[in-house]
Amino acid sequence: MSKTSTLTPEELQASRAYREWGLTDDEYQRLCDQVLKRLPTHTEAGLFSGMWSEHCSYKNSKPVLKKFWTQGNQVIAGPGEGAGIIDIGDGQAVVFKAESHNHPSAIEPYEGAATGVGGIIRDIFSMGAKPIAILDSLRFGELTEPHTKYLVSQVVAGIGGYGNCIGIPTVGGDTGFDACYQHNPLVNAMCVGILDQADMQKGQATGVGNRIIYVGAKTGRDGISGASFASAEFSDDRESQRSAVQVGDPFMEKLLMDACLEVIHQHGSALVGIQDMGAAGLVSASAEMASKAGSGLELNLDLVPQRETGMSAFELMLSESQERMLLCVKAGTEDEIYDVFARYGLDAVAIGTVTTGHQYRLWHHHELVADVPVDALASDAPVYQRDSRQPARLAEQNGEQFRPVITDAVATLKQLLQQPTIASKRALYQTYDSQVQTNTVVQPGSDAAVIRIRQTEKALALTTDVNGRYLYLNPRVGGEMAVAEAARNIVASGAQPLGITDCLNFGNPEKPEQFYELDEAAQGISRACRRLDTPVVSGNVSLNNESNGQAIYPTPMIGMVGLIRRHQDITTQDFKQPGDLVYVLGATQGDFNGSELQKLLTGDISGALFDFSLTIEKQHQDLLLTAIQSGLVASAHDVSEGGLLTAIAESCFGRGLGVTLTSELPAAHLFAETQSRFVVSIRPEHQAAFETLVGTAATYWGQVTGDDQLRVQAADQRIQVSVREAQQLWEEAIPCLLKSRD
Amino acid sequence: MKFAVIVFPGSNCDADMANALRDVCHCAVELVPATATTLTGYDAVVLPGGFSYGDYLRSGAIARFAPVMAAVQAFATAGKPVVGICNGFQILTEAGLLPGALRANRSSQFICQASRLHVCNPHTQFTTAYAKQPDIQLPIAHGEGNYYCDAATLADLREHQQIVFEYVDNPNGSVANIAGIVNRQGNVLGMMPHPERAVEQLLGSIDGLGLFTSLIENHREETHV
Repeated sequence: MSKTSTLTPEELQASRAYREWGLTDDEYQRLCDQVLKRLPTHTEAGLFSGMWSEHCSYKNSKPVLKKFWTQGNQVIAGPGEGAGIIDIGDGQAVVFKAESHNHPSAIEPYEGAATGVGGIIRDIFSMGAKPIAILDSLRFGELTEPHTKYLVSQVVAGIGGYGNCIGIPTVGGDTGFDACYQHNPLVNAMCVGILDQADMQKGQATGVGNRIIYVGAKTGRDGISGASFASAEFSDDRESQRSAVQVGDPFMEKLLMDACLEVIHQHGSALVGIQDMGAAGLVSASAEMASKAGSGLELNLDLVPQRETGMSAFELMLSESQERMLLCVKAGTEDEIYDVFARYGLDAVAIGTVTTGHQYRLWHHHELVADVPVDALASDAPVYQRDSRQPARLAEQNGEQFRPVITDAVATLKQLLQQPTIASKRALYQTYDSQVQTNTVVQPGSDAAVIRIRQTEKALALTTDVNGRYLYLNPRVGGEMAVAEAARNIVASGAQPLGITDCLNFGNPEKPEQFYELDEAAQGISRACRRLDTPVVSGNVSLNNESNGQAIYPTPMIGMVGLIRRHQDITTQDFKQPGDLVYVLGATQGDFNGSELQKLLTGDISGALFDFSLTIEKQHQDLLLTAIQSGLVASAHDVSEGGLLTAIAESCFGRGLGVTLTSELPAAHLFAETQSRFVVSIRPEHQAAFETLVGTAATYWGQVTGDDQLRVQAADQRIQVSVREAQQLWEEAIPCLLKSRD
Repeated sequence: MKFAVIVFPGSNCDADMANALRDVCHCAVELVPATATTLTGYDAVVLPGGFSYGDYLRSGAIARFAPVMAAVQAFATAGKPVVGICNGFQILTEAGLLPGALRANRSSQFICQASRLHVCNPHTQFTTAYAKQPDIQLPIAHGEGNYYCDAATLADLREHQQIVFEYVDNPNGSVANIAGIVNRQGNVLGMMPHPERAVEQLLGSIDGLGLFTSLIENHREETHV
């Protein structure tokens, strides 16, 4: 990594120091021969190392991302802007995006997670939206490992430490545990905001003579080349990479957010564009703003507020110090803008100007240290069409499903409820302020979080989902299932799915087997998005999630937002009162490959993934949503990991109610993970209307009871368990594992 | 009745409090920056929750030096109602307007959950509405809500009925399960739970309304006398 000593162009060429920053020899050559037609300076090569990193340029994933379904009448802004924007009527829009902070969180879990949250919040308010919710999708190794316990507690503390302080509720997400994440945890944060469409901003720098204003925290040496670091594989010397992790200050971000929103709302006529400084810091924000507008740009780096002395141009441009934004304002309005930031005690300094032409010029200590075509930085990164090859494990699959033998379904249920992926996450999410802003109608723990929109009857349902095990067994169908499950969660909450964001967490794309997984998963996601009318509006790619050559399960996190038309449609998963009738919507097959049960009984997952039909999925979602909107549904719960019996138990837990049910299925099938199913309860007086609506798609199973017993008469055995006892096991599993020392 | 909600840099429940007072309780309310030096014209002052000045150093430790705090002090000395919620309670103890201190939770973790409370003194101007319903549930959301005072102070608080709210299931290790107290004069209230988060059935509870209706009702009676 570059320190303060600056190499001459010739020294850089000879020493190939650019390799340390992530530039390959080919890319360096391309820079010399095609882009600049001369040797790049030290600073210039640094700029390109950041901008041509996978994190900034998507050079490996672009051909895949092109396949995404991004259309829909509801879409106002799709991929390409800072965050996706979807119309929700009444001149309002919902803005959302997710971002991964996997590598920083592996090295320094508290700050890695905290700055992941901070970064995604800036993406949302830089669009002009007020952030209203944070969600987190987390994957860790087995919770029996001491290092996992450390990572979990630090990541969770980092998320809470940032979100609680800044005053945005952390309302949901998902957390899973599998050995493949042991050395490469996934920390994906999603932020959702509400926008008055009139306030919509673009990250652009137009108008020759307009000024570029730097606002927020001062620039230090933290996180230099973080984008390149995040785009590389891990090896065992990761401790030495700690300096590439940034440090967050949520108090600073709160001031910055409030000040930026004040500028957007009250000084909109002065503001031309606004963008956050995230990955690749100042160079990324400024080059993208200029490139998007077709402008040239000139910056004087001596004016950049600095927290350390003697910083080089390279360091200033590639620092990923947090809580910084870049504004483009009309010439002559600088003082008006300065005044706002001064009231919040923040630095605001004009550091440059929009110029004619298309050159990007940096001055430092009165020297021109970079003079490059702006599009070469922001738009003309190389694009690699990587080789794709089906992994052997997939080619060798036979069609057989795992056949579990369940002699004591109660014991199996109790074990499943204590698996960390299924067990209650209360111990984690109760450390997050989920209620600040006083809009949280459905708190963490249900299928989706629900946030009401003030002054309207509407609400938003929010969720994140993915089951990497399914993708490991079949990346394409697993990708479809990830979107489908997210949509099931949204629909079960009474909402119409609107669109998705994603974090594509995969291995090294230069390995054909890894690229195959990425490519296949993207096609599955795209197909499901098209079928379920949930276009991809934003997202992020995190490749090279490998440790010592071992890749994670392909894990494309899906963050979905849905719209609830009226408060009365808001639906939760808990059974509401004794006497209510319980139905299972969707048929159950012996689908066990990749299931929690298979992992529990065999220690691993294997075999071919079971079948999935998007047509049936869509039918069942539409039926349930119609039933909810017709006022027929008391509770609805998506059936996922652990199958029906797990879902039924979870529906009992909310209010401590029991059930008495009868099923023609053998007990083992109660743990199958067939898709497209819901556990639904209704008031008895709605029986006729509900059954007419759903027809044969749903089966009547029995009733909710006032006692503490979950009873199911299956085809081959009678199952009875105390709800209180089951709930206790489910709630105490994670706290016990976190505390235990072995 | 006109409320001032003080906004320190880093306050984050100021808008929630203003919404509860304006939209639900139909009171006049203004957000007053921490740089203000006077509170003339207001009938009550609220110090809202949040992380004033990032809670750096210690929660409330920097906020007590904000310019507005001299005015809050004068307002309290004049016998007018001052309410500190969560971070506001922490600031009031740091400023010496209430006895004791708030330490890190026993678990050393932030806790956000519904918390059952007992209203032990329904005779303050903040709690008369709870006379018939002394057992309520309010959300808590704090990392440093573990109330501490020495034995002599505790005896003093008890003797003068200054303990207003007690936790039923102590979530944070507070001395004597204390969730909220008033000063000796009874016009300054500090509490860790968030009544402003429990004023709409849609969000799950309206148990916080009583605090605001008590204040409003008692103010109305006072101004009519």
